[in-house]
Amino acid sequence: MNEQKYAFLTRMGDNVLILSQQLSKLCGKGPALEEDMALANVALDLIGQARLWLDYAAEVEGAGRDEDKLAFLRDAHEFHNFLLVEQPNGNYADTLMRQFFFDTWHYFRLQSLSGSTDARIAEIAQKSIKEVMYHIRRTGDLIVRLGDGTEESHRKVQDAADDLWMYTGEMFDDDQVEQALASEGVILPASSLRAPWLDHVSRIFAEATLTMPPLDAWMQQGALHGRHTEQLGYILAEMQYLPRAYPAAQW
Amino acid sequence: MDMQEQSGLKPEQVWGWLAEVSDPEIPVISVVDLGIVRNVTVSPSAQASCVITITPTYSGCPAMEVIAQEIESALKRHGVEQVTIETRLSPAWTTDWMSAAGRQNLKGYGIAPPAQHVIDISGISRGRRAEPAVACPQCGSSHTRLISQFGSTACKALYRCDDCLEPFDYFKCH
Repeated sequence: MNEQKYAFLTRMGDNVLILSQQLSKLCGKGPALEEDMALANVALDLIGQARLWLDYAAEVEGAGRDEDKLAFLRDAHEFHNFLLVEQPNGNYADTLMRQFFFDTWHYFRLQSLSGSTDARIAEIAQKSIKEVMYHIRRTGDLIVRLGDGTEESHRKVQDAADDLWMYTGEMFDDDQVEQALASEGVILPASSLRAPWLDHVSRIFAEATLTMPPLDAWMQQGALHGRHTEQLGYILAEMQYLPRAYPAAQW
Repeated sequence: MDMQEQSGLKPEQVWGWLAEVSDPEIPVISVVDLGIVRNVTVSPSAQASCVITITPTYSGCPAMEVIAQEIESALKRHGVEQVTIETRLSPAWTTDWMSAAGRQNLKGYGIAPPAQHVIDISGISRGRRAEPAVACPQCGSSHTRLISQFGSTACKALYRCDDCLEPFDYFKCH
């Protein structure tokens, strides 16, 4: 098995799987009907993308597991999603800021993966990025509306940015997995995504009259190596309950 | 030479049958008009069999599994004994593959058809994008506004007409 590629594919899959699970919790609870539908639609796109990544990960692993086994029968330390996406939905500004930070990273990552030398990675990225275009448009627009909105909405969205900022650093860490795959030409290293990410985030923040958190702030790390915040356990407990309680259950 | 009896099944026939299979969420458009059937291969053996290649619209679209089942049962009804459905991801589905008839049917059903170009994925800056003009499927007015990029299904956005004041679905570019 190509361990680096397997690790990379589970990172891609776990990020969208966990974020989808988080958004799904808001189905029927959105602050407005349009937002409720948007959250459910985005969650649906992300779960579809998670299937594509985890299906390929299972194939690369070659251990007889499939996408469902990877999603439902791994424990927290085997998940490699960013700490960012496992943070709670909080108030709506928290949900949107988490999504905006992720969508921006997601767009640039998928854009670079569209030219991967691994044909399967390239085709999953080319498929996903079209969906992500709609995600990033919505979150960018809403951050501007809330930031440049009322005093209260401005304060909440600024607080959300300040609170979540420390989880954004690890999205650009070049660890062994990133380095190995970058040297094979399969991916561009994560660090190369930082400049375009910062550029977009700072442009939207300027339009939203928000203050950028300090660029040299201390950043949380660990998820790439399976060390998560306490949030992930609760997410998995809910997400994995049914297939663990009834292992042979068929839809 | 060992002459096997041929089933006589022709690809054109299969395409014709597929044109009768409609999208489960938008019944006025067939899977062929939607552009998700990418290939039909008929095997020239005694047993009538064929391989249908389809491509997903949105990666999480829950209709895809129903569509695969409906294709299979429609072809079996027409006497095809063995139906294999393959899913192909690349090239990614685009609304450019939707047929003119499909667009017309959508409009008649009250859903504004996609503007004739694929979504621009080259950049994400807010100012640069020009939203396509979407005509109201009820009254034809182009004084319409976007309410939400996300509508009742993954493939649709929600618009409102400023003239007749009716809300309507827009099948968004992809």
